[in-house]
Amino acid sequence: MIRARALGLFRALAVPVTVLVLYELWFRLTGQDSDTLAPPSAAFSAFLEAVRDGTLATATGQTFASLLSGLAIGGGLGLASGLVIGFSRRADDASFLAIEMLRPIPSVALLPLALMIFGFGYRMEIFVVAFATFWPFLILTQSAVRQVEPRLIEVSRILGLKPLSAARDIVLPAAAPRLMTALRLGTGIALVVAVTCEIASNPQGLGHALMLSQETLRPARMWAFLFWIGAIGLTLNLSLLRLERWLFAHRGDYDASVAT
Amino acid sequence: MTRSPPAVRFGLGIAGVVVLGLAWHLATTLQLVPRVFLPSPEATWKALQRGLSVGDMANQFGGTVQRMLLGWLLASIVAIAIGSLIGISPLARAYLRPTLGFLRALPASATIPIAIALVGLSPTMVLAVVTFGSIWPTLLATVQGFAMVEPRLIEVSRALHMSRLAFIWKIGLPNALPDILTGMRLSMTVALILAVIGEMLAAQSGLGQAILLAARSFRTPDLYAGIVLLGLIGAVSSYGLQLVERRLLRWKSH
Repeated sequence: MIRARALGLFRALAVPVTVLVLYELWFRLTGQDSDTLAPPSAAFSAFLEAVRDGTLATATGQTFASLLSGLAIGGGLGLASGLVIGFSRRADDASFLAIEMLRPIPSVALLPLALMIFGFGYRMEIFVVAFATFWPFLILTQSAVRQVEPRLIEVSRILGLKPLSAARDIVLPAAAPRLMTALRLGTGIALVVAVTCEIASNPQGLGHALMLSQETLRPARMWAFLFWIGAIGLTLNLSLLRLERWLFAHRGDYDASVAT
Repeated sequence: MTRSPPAVRFGLGIAGVVVLGLAWHLATTLQLVPRVFLPSPEATWKALQRGLSVGDMANQFGGTVQRMLLGWLLASIVAIAIGSLIGISPLARAYLRPTLGFLRALPASATIPIAIALVGLSPTMVLAVVTFGSIWPTLLATVQGFAMVEPRLIEVSRALHMSRLAFIWKIGLPNALPDILTGMRLSMTVALILAVIGEMLAAQSGLGQAILLAARSFRTPDLYAGIVLLGLIGAVSSYGLQLVERRLLRWKSH
């Protein structure tokens, strides 16, 4: 078990580490001096510098504030609407066409609008993140409710449960694994959208720090921020995946293959 | 839950859209929302007509579509080729999958500053970003599809002494096709987003730049017209690919 894990870790790191070492060697041996490229060692010291001077923490905090607020608003509204259209066939019929018309709008198309209404700052970013996360939550919640075992719904009818308590006591627990998947996918989308807003216009957070490093010709810092953003993305995804497995692995209805 | 009959469903669906349109109309005529932020549906429609007939909007629409499709096509070819090569070898999969996972988790737009530094603010930069960003969903899906090929088919290919290329072409790709097509659909949405962002940042003529300029000068009807067109591109490309998917995968359901 431990050996298998060590082997897995070795295999995961072998290629990137080799590439980085070769890159570093090439950089040193040819004596490159560049506005765009930096050796990994320089990127690492730039990373430490960004940690020490506090810019890394500030930027990360700003990005996460937008990400989490946007996710809470968009995800909450998506969850609530998804429950309604999952439960009621009429509501689904009346809204599906409108949903199919609005959902394909790329979230970045709302960026200029958000900028015009809210100006720079948290609110415009939260607005765009909320719009982008609303749809996956809506669709996944709806399908989660649809796939709840029909007999459980019958039970709630027989017990004479009111819609709200039926949702809380029967449907939500039964749909929980799929909702967790929605949370994982939604968090990934929220990070991408938040960083994109910051790169395209909003002068705060990790995306802006990355852009600023490029504009001020500090390639080492740029690569450091790029790797940090990638590390955050990977960590968020892997830890939510772990949480999902840990929470639901004991359940007979949990399909581990969806969690890949 | 059983579905409503199609006639009822579409009737109600259209009614829903009409109600939404009326709500939009009322919100603007009753001035519930400032007109600078939300123009009336009529004004948006007029801006759309004007933009497409006299204005530059048709060209911008074409520019965005072209950037998106070209980048997506390049990305798909590269992704399927590399994905097949990684996918047929369990060893290559074991070594490369984690790195690919990292690259996919990286927000694609984060590579824009790198691309600007390397290529400069040029049309090539936008194309490079669109291509690079939309490679990952298809690449990972291809690897995944190859990993899931029925082991007995692999044994058959060995017994028949198939070459690697023949295996990829005759067994691997057809079996991985459902995964690949799903990946390509995801890649398409990524490609559209990156094309728009690229136009905004590199000032390339396209809808991305158009809506940014419209918002800056408070020409809101033009802004909304641009958003409508971008939604249209998103919808058509996504449903178009779904149709292709259904056609190509018809053999699977039999």
